[in-house]
Formats: sequence, structure tokens, C-alpha cells
Amino acid sequence: MSETYLVFAEHRGGKLRQVTLEALQAAAVAADDGGVRIAAVLIGHNAGALAEALAGYPVSDIHVIEDASLEHYNPEAYLHALAELCGAVRPVAVFLGHTALGRDLAPALAARLKAGQLSDVIAVERSGDETVFTRPLYAGKAFEKKVFRGTPWIVTVRPNNIPPAAVGGLATANVAKHDYTAPSSLRTIVKDVVRQTSGKVDLTEAKIVVSGGRGVKSSDGFKPLEELAELLGGAVGASRGACDAGYCDYALQIGQTGKVVTPEIYIACGISGAIQHLAGMSQSRIIIAINKDPEAPIFKVADYGIVGDLFEVVPLLTEEFRKALA
Amino acid sequence: MKVYVVLKQTFDTEEKIVIRDGAVSEDGVKFVINPYDEYAVEEAIRLKERSGGQVTVVSVGPDRAAEALRTALAMGADEAVLISDDRLSDEYAVSEALAAFLTDQAFDLILGGNFSVDNGAGQVAVRLAELLGIPHVSSIVKLEAPGGGSAVVQRDAEGDLETLDVSLPALFTAQQGLNEPRYPSLPGIMKAKKKPFKRLTADDLGLTADRLEGRTARTSLSLPPVRQAGLILQGDLPQQAAKLVELLRTQSKVL
Repeated sequence: MSETYLVFAEHRGGKLRQVTLEALQAAAVAADDGGVRIAAVLIGHNAGALAEALAGYPVSDIHVIEDASLEHYNPEAYLHALAELCGAVRPVAVFLGHTALGRDLAPALAARLKAGQLSDVIAVERSGDETVFTRPLYAGKAFEKKVFRGTPWIVTVRPNNIPPAAVGGLATANVAKHDYTAPSSLRTIVKDVVRQTSGKVDLTEAKIVVSGGRGVKSSDGFKPLEELAELLGGAVGASRGACDAGYCDYALQIGQTGKVVTPEIYIACGISGAIQHLAGMSQSRIIIAINKDPEAPIFKVADYGIVGDLFEVVPLLTEEFRKALA
Repeated sequence: MKVYVVLKQTFDTEEKIVIRDGAVSEDGVKFVINPYDEYAVEEAIRLKERSGGQVTVVSVGPDRAAEALRTALAMGADEAVLISDDRLSDEYAVSEALAAFLTDQAFDLILGGNFSVDNGAGQVAVRLAELLGIPHVSSIVKLEAPGGGSAVVQRDAEGDLETLDVSLPALFTAQQGLNEPRYPSLPGIMKAKKKPFKRLTADDLGLTADRLEGRTARTSLSLPPVRQAGLILQGDLPQQAAKLVELLRTQSKVL
């Protein structure tokens, strides 16, 4: 029997997440056409409806575990469901997104399976007989390549870094529905979920990030940044300085503490560029810096810089983008 | 309430990284308690101050990690345990060592950080919960006074807020925003010197080769390419804004 790589197909708001396609691609590269079967698993309430969305991609088997009790992520319930499937399918490798869910579920699964795990992987390559994974250290101040010793492997992939899998390859996938029986004693109960981000672009998956620092001066100061982000279909981020000053929620913080982002365009507004912030955004493709202080360190890493007051510059930019996109 | 905090000593986040002889150089580097673990230490001390109990801080690391544990003792933790063994090379092995130690201890709660700012893997604490057979919630921003055998926590899930009720014993990992860690006071630093400090090796814990050996190995280490300073635009601000959008389209081709 051929080996199986299992991809955890994460979804949100009734859609597959982009990182699911990136995890699929990571699995495909690791498989290297070596006769490995790639399977995907959908877990959730009515998750089976997404099997169709997956069917066009290079996936041989789609496993569906659906139950009303799986509507919200519950660490214990999801681990139970995924570990049961792993017991039946015996995957040699499991790929997940390095998301809030994946970061929580993957290490628990790794411990359950006595497996090694490589987290936050940004590239996968084949080298001779080995699969080599690249991942950041110190939030991107350095990078390491790692390999597994023994199986199974657990891998989480950082959003926005590995190109998504392309449609095509296999005409049909087998869809297998699995019964879900909740664990007999659930010690964790999800009481409430407040979707503060519904309708917004996730910061780590955003193609464009408009980020504010101490220079925004207040929570109201983020408004012009939000307008620009909305126009560009991007997300708003912040520096530690802005978060510590209480201008915005810590969920927006970009840096070595906080989130690492790698968008196509990063627009830093009123951010001086402390080392710990640079670690969280230096891998962005194009960096634009707007700052009153021409000596600000952020200009040393920026592709384009505008020396000026962000409250003047950002609305002007928004206007120019509006014209360009019209 | 008996609380254990698992913590790691890391580079200060303002440190630059230098690679020497294929490894990250530690010369002249300032070390701190991993910032996320520091929130866990603070939360544990606050719990003790509110409702009594005991706080033990545990770390796996080299000798220098003793300093991070002493800082936690100076903040108000009661006792410290340092597990040192060069063979504990990855998250699998480190979590097995912690589990081997904790499985013989009585506790109501284990706290740790959401991830470490050096390796950034975010695995050890969650693995530990699973190895000990207790529930966990990662990335919490609020811990309501636990009592009656359970705790209510709020979890930050990419900006969404989830509220969970968890029976104890359980393990939680701290996210930024949980609290504002205190600085150790001078009397705290003096008292810390007299607090119990235990050192253990993997052999003391009876770890077999299967649990000691990492399941992953590093094959290379490198620094990212240095970014070059680009173009500072000139002219009045409306001209600069127009020029920037034009360059994004014609030069960078990102629009």
C-alpha cells in the first residue's frame, strides 16, 4: 500500500482558507511524485459541503468528519477527531496551516502520535532522498533548514509563503464520510465566540498591510490607515509602540512579539523601525515607509520612502490609489 | 492552588543575530525570560496573591537559564527547577523531559507562553498538556479566578475572541495582553537567593533514549539577505504620493 500525506483542510466562513491550498502544495512538493497519496480532511459543521471546493486539486481522498458539535474549534474535540482519522489512515505526514487553529492542534497531535513537528515552515524542497524544510528563527532574523528523523511528520506552513496548489492533476477524488463520536468526557467547553474579524482580511494572509506606529497618536489616528487598507483589500497592523500606547488591540501587533507578516506591499506609517518590529515585516515584498523623521531606521529597509506627516500623506495616497484602481 | 510555570530563557528581542561557526553567537547577548513566558509568570504570581498557593517555575535549558529562573523567583515565584541536558535538542525531547518531571508532581494549573521569540515553534507547552493527559487552551488573554475545579479563559484566535470553560488541572499559554509583568523589586531579588532551586538532568528523570532523541535535525543555518535602502521620494507631498503609486505600477509591478 502506498504512503499517505494528510492535509488538514482549514476553512473559515464557509470557504477553504488560502493556507489550505499552500499546505496542499507543501505536501505535493514533499511527495515529489513518489507514489505518495495525498489526502485531505475536512472537519466541522457541514464541512462536507467543501469537498467540492477541494475536488479540483491534486487530492486522491477527501475525508469528511462533520458534526454540529464541531462548529467551533474545541482543542479536545478536534484532536479526538483528527487522531481517530490518523489511526485509520496512518499518514506518514500531516500538513496544517500555521494559523490560530493549526498552531494549537498540530503540537497536540504530534504529542499524541509521538511525532516530530516542524512549525511555521516557509519553504519545502527535495534534496536527494530527503525533504528539507526552511523555517524562520527569531521571527526571521535568521533561517534554518531542518529534516525529520523518523516518521510520522507534522508540518505547519506559514500563510502567504508557499505558492498555492493549482487546480488539475486528478479528475476525481474519493470522498469518505466518517462518523463522529464525541469523546466521553469533554473537559473543555466553548462557551462563546466573538467574531471581531468577520468580513475583514486576516493579517497574516493579507496581500497588503497598512501598519501604524506611535506616530498615529491615538486610536482615531488609525482611521486614515483603515480607509487605505479597505480600499486596497488589505489589513491593518501596528507596531508594539502603538499597541503599548493603547491605540489598538494587541492582536494587530507585528514584530518578534506579535505576528510576522509577509505581504506583497507593507506600508509603515509613523513607525520608526525598532529591530523587533523589523523582524516581523522585513520579508515583505515591497516596503513603503512614511515618517516625519528622515533619520528613522525604517527608511533603511524601505523600497520607497516618503518623509512627511502620515496624516497628510496617507489620505493623499488613498486618493492616488483610488484613481489608479478606478 | 499549586501552579507550575514552564519558561524559556531567550535573546532580548532588540538583539541582532550573528552566525559564527554554523551556530548563533551568544557573545555579549542580553538574555531575558521569553516575553510570553513572562506573562505566564506574572499571572501565576497574581493568582497566588489573590487566593494563596504556590508557584514553581521550571525551565529546560543550559546553565545560563538559571538567571531567568532567578528573575522569576525575584518576581515572586516560590521555587525553581532547571533541567539541563545537551541531548534535549528539539520540542519533542524538551516536552518529554518536562512531562517526565511534572508527571510526579501535584498541580492544579500549568502556565506557559504562547511561543518563544527565538525558535517560535509554539509546540512545547501544548505537547506537554497532551503528554500529561490534561486539557489545554493556547493564547489566552484572560484567566478568570479559577475555582470549583474549573477555570474560564478567553483565547485570542487571530483577533476573534473565544471563551472556554476548562476543568482543572489544565494548561494555558499566555498571549500578549494577559497582564503587565512586574519588575523584580530589590527585596524580591534578595529573597530569591534563599528560595529552593533544584537542578536535574535527563538521567535524574529516568529519560530513555527514545524520549531523549529529537525527531528533527537542523541541516543549515543562514541569515536573510540584507535589505537595501530604496528611494526617498522628492517634491511636494501630492507629487510624491502620485509618483509612489506610479512606481508601484511600473517599477515594482505590484498593482
